[in-house]
Amino acid sequence: MRGGTVGRYVLLLLVLAITVGPFLWQLSTSLKGVTEDIYSTPPQLFPQHPTPGNYARVADAVPIWSFALNSLLVAVTNVVANCLGAAMAGYALARLRFRGRTAALTVFLTSLLVPFEAIMVALFLVMRSLHLNNTLAAVVLPGSIAALNVLLMRNAFLALPSAVEEAAIIDGANVWQRFTRIALPSARGTIVVVAVFSFMFSWDDFLWPLIVLSDPAKYTLTIGLSYLQGTFVNDQRLVAAGTMIAVAPLVLLFVAAQKYFFRGVGEGAVKG
Amino acid sequence: MQQAAGRVKVAAEVVREPADVRRPAVRIVQQRWFTPWLFLLPGLAVVLGFNLFPFLNTVVLAFTNAKVLGGGHFTGADNFVRMVHDPAFWTAVGNSALYIVGVVPPLVILPLLLALLVERKLPGITFFRTAFFTPVIASIVVVGLIWTWLLDSRGLVNDVLRALGVLTTPIPFLTDEWLLLVSAMLVTVWKGLGYYMIIYLAALGTVSKDLHEAAQVDGAGWWRRLWSVTLPALRPTMVLVAVLSAVSAFRVFSEVYLLAGPAGGPGGADTSLVMLIQQVGTGLSGDLGYSSALSVVLFVLTLGLLLLTNRLNRKEDL
Repeated sequence: MRGGTVGRYVLLLLVLAITVGPFLWQLSTSLKGVTEDIYSTPPQLFPQHPTPGNYARVADAVPIWSFALNSLLVAVTNVVANCLGAAMAGYALARLRFRGRTAALTVFLTSLLVPFEAIMVALFLVMRSLHLNNTLAAVVLPGSIAALNVLLMRNAFLALPSAVEEAAIIDGANVWQRFTRIALPSARGTIVVVAVFSFMFSWDDFLWPLIVLSDPAKYTLTIGLSYLQGTFVNDQRLVAAGTMIAVAPLVLLFVAAQKYFFRGVGEGAVKG
Repeated sequence: MQQAAGRVKVAAEVVREPADVRRPAVRIVQQRWFTPWLFLLPGLAVVLGFNLFPFLNTVVLAFTNAKVLGGGHFTGADNFVRMVHDPAFWTAVGNSALYIVGVVPPLVILPLLLALLVERKLPGITFFRTAFFTPVIASIVVVGLIWTWLLDSRGLVNDVLRALGVLTTPIPFLTDEWLLLVSAMLVTVWKGLGYYMIIYLAALGTVSKDLHEAAQVDGAGWWRRLWSVTLPALRPTMVLVAVLSAVSAFRVFSEVYLLAGPAGGPGGADTSLVMLIQQVGTGLSGDLGYSSALSVVLFVLTLGLLLLTNRLNRKEDL
């Protein structure tokens, strides 16, 4: 039994090396100074004289902080729009009775079947006719209220006991009051999941910004980074510093929110 | 939850206040007919305007010769006829299909093994679960750049192999037509491991503990219980993972774009279907009609993949 546990830890460390190792190697490269040989054989796992110099140099070479600011703006807008818009739509679908509810639900379900890649060119035309091409608004809008999030929020609201809401109706609470004071606070866990995923999705997105943005001043971080690779193919240290700038905020965000993702998993608390 | 219930109770007491004589104790608020639609308006606008409308427009454009710079007449099935005779189309569809073959089996099996590995509560297991998820949260651009550096002819992978004496000349991961595709698949699998691990972990939580205990009492070892209890219970999840990974493999873009470059490797040999749609449909010379026709093919094939697996799944239940 004890031997089994030791074996388990050995395997865990091996997988850790495979999944996290590449990031650590990138971090190590980003900290190596200009005088250090990054192509040495055998490879130098740790920088001999770690220096933050590459992070300053990458900012001199491309406006990486302004790319990051664009990404942050896009991601935060996306989070706010998704949390609010998806919660409102999900609430109406789960909690309100009205004609056309099934039709509205069908619209959201249908859109899940359409792969983004199949509509991206037509989406470009929509943005052009709205005169939004090459703006950050065009980057945000298509995913600003994702159908999947609407359905997630609907499920969360369906799970609430109706007695609480009936009591509120009797007390004279209107729909908006019931939504903001009862439903939203009760679905906090799902909202955190929607928020983190919305942030992650838009901070990481590559294909759509690549299509819709053409002016380097509007570039988001991901587009800026792929552009960096083209320019500095000869200095891997700068590319490494750039990727670390892109990945650090997400790692922090995820560590902060991870209890919502792993809660109950493995304890049989997740109902099938 | 408790907080909300507390607030409701306070509200109820306020209503019952004797001073408030004119207000009835119980007042049902009539919901106006348009209220639900106000709640739905933003969501419906986004989904209809930026999803279903462009989709319908894609289908319409597929039957025209529209260009980015304007124009466009109805040309019937011309775009589809052109496609059949277009070698670039067959290369792209072939690569996307090959991608499914290369990526789905490892993505069904490896994350399951990972889930089994992190399932048991051990000290520090949360750290490992979170760490294994890191490739999932990183942008595909970051992942692509990291692996370009690792797989370079002077990169870490070749360096280690050389230091071990396995090789004398580096493996051309990023310049050989076939190895490029394999490298992109490797990156996809590496990035997806943690995501599918979570799906399996959630499913493992639902596997009957009684059945496991009964099997253990009957003297079944770990392997035997895995084979006879856990795996049969996980079969629907495995099908789900196969469908999800197949659909996303068929839509591959970024891995190939980042490792092989915008042109799709030597002579465009590694272009995927989505890359072809992007190449044909964007830029000043963008051919909207043809690119839309390719998009329709992408949609039909993706939908077909979903329906096919759905059918297989139902047969399995019988």
